[in-house]
Amino acid sequence: MRRALTVGVLLLAIAFPLAMQAIDQTYYVTMASRILVYALAATSLNLILGYGGMISFGHAAFVGAGAYTASIMIAEGMPSAWIGWPLAMAVPALLALAIGAISLRTRGVYFIMITLAFAQMIYYLTVSMKAYGGDEGLTLTQRATLGFGLDLKDDATFYYVVLAILVAALFLVSRLVNARFGRVVQAIRENESRMEAIGYPTLRYKLIAFVLAGALGGLAGALLANQNSYVNPGILHWTESGKLMIMVILGGVGHLYGGVFGAIGLLGLEEVLANHKFAWLAALYPDYQQHSLLGVGVAMLAVVLYAPQGIAGLFRRGKDG
Amino acid sequence: MSLILILEQSLNGLQFGLMLFLLAAGLTLVFGIMDMINLAHGSLYMVGAFLAATLVQATGSFALGVLLAIPAAAAVGMLLEVSVLRTLYARDHLSQVLATFALILIINELVRMVWGTDMPLSAPEALAGPVQLLPGMPYPAYRLLIIGVGLAVALLLYFVVAKTRIGMLVRAGASNREMAMAMGVDIRKLFTLVFGFGAALCAIAGAMLGPILAVQVGMGENILILAFVVIVIGGIGSIRGALVGSVLVGMVDTVGRAFIPHLLREFISPAFAGAIGPALASILIYVVMAGVLFWRPQGLFPARG
Repeated sequence: MRRALTVGVLLLAIAFPLAMQAIDQTYYVTMASRILVYALAATSLNLILGYGGMISFGHAAFVGAGAYTASIMIAEGMPSAWIGWPLAMAVPALLALAIGAISLRTRGVYFIMITLAFAQMIYYLTVSMKAYGGDEGLTLTQRATLGFGLDLKDDATFYYVVLAILVAALFLVSRLVNARFGRVVQAIRENESRMEAIGYPTLRYKLIAFVLAGALGGLAGALLANQNSYVNPGILHWTESGKLMIMVILGGVGHLYGGVFGAIGLLGLEEVLANHKFAWLAALYPDYQQHSLLGVGVAMLAVVLYAPQGIAGLFRRGKDG
Repeated sequence: MSLILILEQSLNGLQFGLMLFLLAAGLTLVFGIMDMINLAHGSLYMVGAFLAATLVQATGSFALGVLLAIPAAAAVGMLLEVSVLRTLYARDHLSQVLATFALILIINELVRMVWGTDMPLSAPEALAGPVQLLPGMPYPAYRLLIIGVGLAVALLLYFVVAKTRIGMLVRAGASNREMAMAMGVDIRKLFTLVFGFGAALCAIAGAMLGPILAVQVGMGENILILAFVVIVIGGIGSIRGALVGSVLVGMVDTVGRAFIPHLLREFISPAFAGAIGPALASILIYVVMAGVLFWRPQGLFPARG
């Protein structure tokens, strides 16, 4: 039943660009790619935040490092995705290794704050990279090249590549969290001292999860930079880390599809509120589309106060009841 | 790099540090007593600045406008506490981050609806010019006023927290909330009060910094992170720690920005120094913070024994 649902959703996702081309609404293909990229970023955060219980407030730094690595490779004349994207995973992974090795020794709010501090450092580093645009950001002259006759400049192709990567990542995460490694990480979340007492090197497990999340986040960043053909330090701002956390919480903390649900929920809501005119809202406040973030904020607040399990939690409750 | 320049930059650092302290003092109490991460604290700073700008315009007097904005912001803060934040104390940090992040978005848009994206607020005419502090060292009079106000508020805060009954209750709450409650302290009421007080301090900071940094939507977001840096360095829940941390961060940030590029030029090529200097200066306080967290995770002046 569950598998049938997954396959059904996947088929719908595959058919989506064709349907949009048929009704001549290709804008939505770009929009959908953006959602899928954020879904990947949020999924990578969910790996540590949801399964590992590590509340990292600096995930945008890894996404940003990936985005910058991929962009710099293109700017330096090496547009091949086969070189650029693995590198866009390796650089954030190394950063995550260094940051995690220091941060993971702290607990609770201190962990939240120290990850934030490191993310701020990387943010200011990108601001100072004058050779690559500094504050202004870096405009890419082209998207990465993939070979095999696939042209990423084509928005539908780009969509399929992102979809394939997201599906692969979800598969990887689902296998990982159900493997021994994932079980250990989840057990550490529940009771770290007990895991330590029975002999698990807890720091090493957490660090590996942290590095994996950094690498996946970096890949999402590379895709984001390619989609926008532009990258600027804003992508590393602390509010971006906040946004990723929100997607995870909105979607469902520690749920395989939490990041996906959250990205669809948040970006979908932003899109609907900003670009669609609701007559009853316009009657209430004519310029409401200028203030769409107000609606987003209210919705987020409602989720925290009334649906703390997120969107995935709603499904779960439906199944139990 | 003359002595006068160093002195001038130190005063700038002190001035910024004291304003940071006004923000951090409220934040550290909220964090310390209720173990609550309140990202919306920066929004109170913004609301305070907008209120001050409006009231200064309405009354035609800088002093009167700012004085009126303080209780108004306190009222906004208490309203926020009673309506939303109160329900978050018992929740985990993750929910608090999400909910208060949502509040940032909501308050930003509400401010934009009411006031637009920015408001003019300028220093009073009488203080627009410089004062001759030392021979050959003019210093803006308005910045001196900020330092004066900052010091006065810090002193007042010290007096309230260290010498009054209410301050004693606050300290008791910060060092052991359960014990304070068991001894019959009404933490809920106390806390609404503390929150209003924190909002009032935010308004002072917002109003005083407004003429220097511009009153605009989003002004609270970057300074909020600095305030968090301050309270983590100082020790969560500790007013004294917040003061030391604020002045430290203000100094390191301001003096670093002014001198690191110069200093680097002594060792490496000017072009490279010019590129890396500002980044290094911005990063410095986060390095300090990470260092403190690594070696003294409880901060410099831990509130809990």
